[in-house]
Amino acid sequence: MKFWTKIVLTIIPALVLLGCGTSGEVQEEAAAGAATTATTGEAGAGAETSGVGTGAAATGEAVTAPAEAGFTGDPLDDPNSLLAKRVIYFDFDKSEIKGEFRDIIQAHAEYLASHPDVSITLEGHTDERGTREYNIALGERRAQAVQRMLTLQGVAASQIRTVSYGEERPAALGHDEDAWALNRRAEFIYNR
Amino acid sequence: MRKTKPQKKIFLLSSLLCTLSLLSSAAQAVLNIEITQGVAGAMPIAVVPFAWEVPPQNPQLPPSLAPPRKAPMDVAAIVRADLARTGRFESLPPKDMLARPNADSTINFANWRLLQSESLVVGTLQYVGANRYKIRFRLFDVFKGKQLEGFSLSTSGTNLRRAAHQVSDIIYEKLTGERGAFTTNVAYVTAAGQGSARRYALWIADADGFGAQSMLRSHEPILSPAWSPDGTRLSYSSLEDSGHEVIFVQEVASGRRVKVSSHKGINGAAAWSPDGKSLAVTLSKDGNAEIYVIDLASKRERRLTTHWATDTEPVWMPDGRSIIFTSDRGGRPQLYRIPARGGRAERLTFEGSYNARASVAPDGKSLAFVHRVNGNFRVAVLELESGNLRVLTDGTLDESPSFAPNGSMIIYATSAGRRGVLKAVSVDGSVHQRLTVPEGDVREPAWSSFRQ
Repeated sequence: MKFWTKIVLTIIPALVLLGCGTSGEVQEEAAAGAATTATTGEAGAGAETSGVGTGAAATGEAVTAPAEAGFTGDPLDDPNSLLAKRVIYFDFDKSEIKGEFRDIIQAHAEYLASHPDVSITLEGHTDERGTREYNIALGERRAQAVQRMLTLQGVAASQIRTVSYGEERPAALGHDEDAWALNRRAEFIYNR
Repeated sequence: MRKTKPQKKIFLLSSLLCTLSLLSSAAQAVLNIEITQGVAGAMPIAVVPFAWEVPPQNPQLPPSLAPPRKAPMDVAAIVRADLARTGRFESLPPKDMLARPNADSTINFANWRLLQSESLVVGTLQYVGANRYKIRFRLFDVFKGKQLEGFSLSTSGTNLRRAAHQVSDIIYEKLTGERGAFTTNVAYVTAAGQGSARRYALWIADADGFGAQSMLRSHEPILSPAWSPDGTRLSYSSLEDSGHEVIFVQEVASGRRVKVSSHKGINGAAAWSPDGKSLAVTLSKDGNAEIYVIDLASKRERRLTTHWATDTEPVWMPDGRSIIFTSDRGGRPQLYRIPARGGRAERLTFEGSYNARASVAPDGKSLAFVHRVNGNFRVAVLELESGNLRVLTDGTLDESPSFAPNGSMIIYATSAGRRGVLKAVSVDGSVHQRLTVPEGDVREPAWSSFRQ
């Protein structure tokens, strides 16, 4: 009897700590919130190419095709591959895919189409300007634009999940055009 | 047998202390409100500290039932702060008062004319037994030497602070002709920490910032808090499910919540109908962001918009007959109105290339919204009948405007340096307030309605 009393009385403070909070509060323990992999520095938005590209390689970057000899192992881990580029950038208030990113998306499409067991989450984001719920919708449009391009190139819809964080998870924390340009993005998150 | 008793006491004491420390850390998240600009001709008013009155002592009463030795609340100080926060009153500090009349005193108006007070408030806080109180007060026009109001309010100890705010409401309405909003509440979201350590919380507080309580804490963003018209529930969007935006309705008193919409895609921007029975929401389950109306009792959804462009951020007109929303069907975000029962959308904003996220004035005659001018996002007010647009704020990233229920002020989110803060501005632009939390950013303010 005494032993169990001690056990119960030890547990009570622990339970009080767990259940503690002001009235009406709901505690969310470690929600499975996707920790966005911050891919700052992958500034694919180098030169502002105007107009629609025709699949030509992005300007100024020495990129090698995945089939290049010298890297063995999963192409996803090859730092010289287009697959290493996981962020697509957008113009303000726009969700159109700019020409300079088509090659990157194509590389991911080819990889996913040939690896039907691999799935991704496409995260859509915006810069901080404008209103929050409108930006949730804009982020979704960006993720969906990339998704459409992938499915058109043979990727199964079931391999892709889209999610929008709107302006809520910026990659760059500044309040100028440089930061905003890095935040208007869609990210490839490989689930592995 | 007896050996366990002291150990039991230690355990219970430590659990009590843990409880107290957690509660106090929650109470530290107070919302600080300061006036940054008041009206030029603020009305001088003297609110005299209220007298404290207890019934004659009954020596047979046990000590635990005896009345409090001093007033549990400084009612006059709360009233003074309420009136000062509107920016329209200048309160005489008690130390400058030449006399301290109470609710039963005969007033010597000369004392107050000397100090140039235009209005005088005197009162008495009376304990009537069993944790119940009576507030008696009088409001005088000093120059005419005439009483304008005399009131007696009965209240319990728990509601004493609210009763003090009711005193402010009565005085404010008598002197300005406008209904006071001092018993109302604000909800807001805070965000603190960086990267994976970022934490979000949804709070509610009294309109004067007192008594902040967290309703939800999360590792993921919380958006669009909105009060039910009767003030008993809050709706909000949460990204707690791995970034998938979902709508909850949570009871303020119990903390119990219900997931109201979690379709594939977006579930967000919930807005309560004036009768409290429906939510207008944004859903993208049918391909792109559209406005739907959800009947809360039946959970049935009715689609309102059918355009391929983004339609979001709905808000109801006070008569419940139409809904204002943001749409970029014209190329850039603008405000539109659509009948609540469905029909054609009519464009409302024609000035500027970005107009979004309306809040409707309680009289339904104007809208506050986010308006971009020269690259700056500011809060503007549109008079619906005349089409006249006025920019009210001067920030670069102002957002989330919300009308006070008396239509006199608009609370909104902005940045001050690197931090997110809230500000409030009177509709005529003459009064400015800043609202801050001790740590982190605050955003997404929502002002409750008058309680029914």
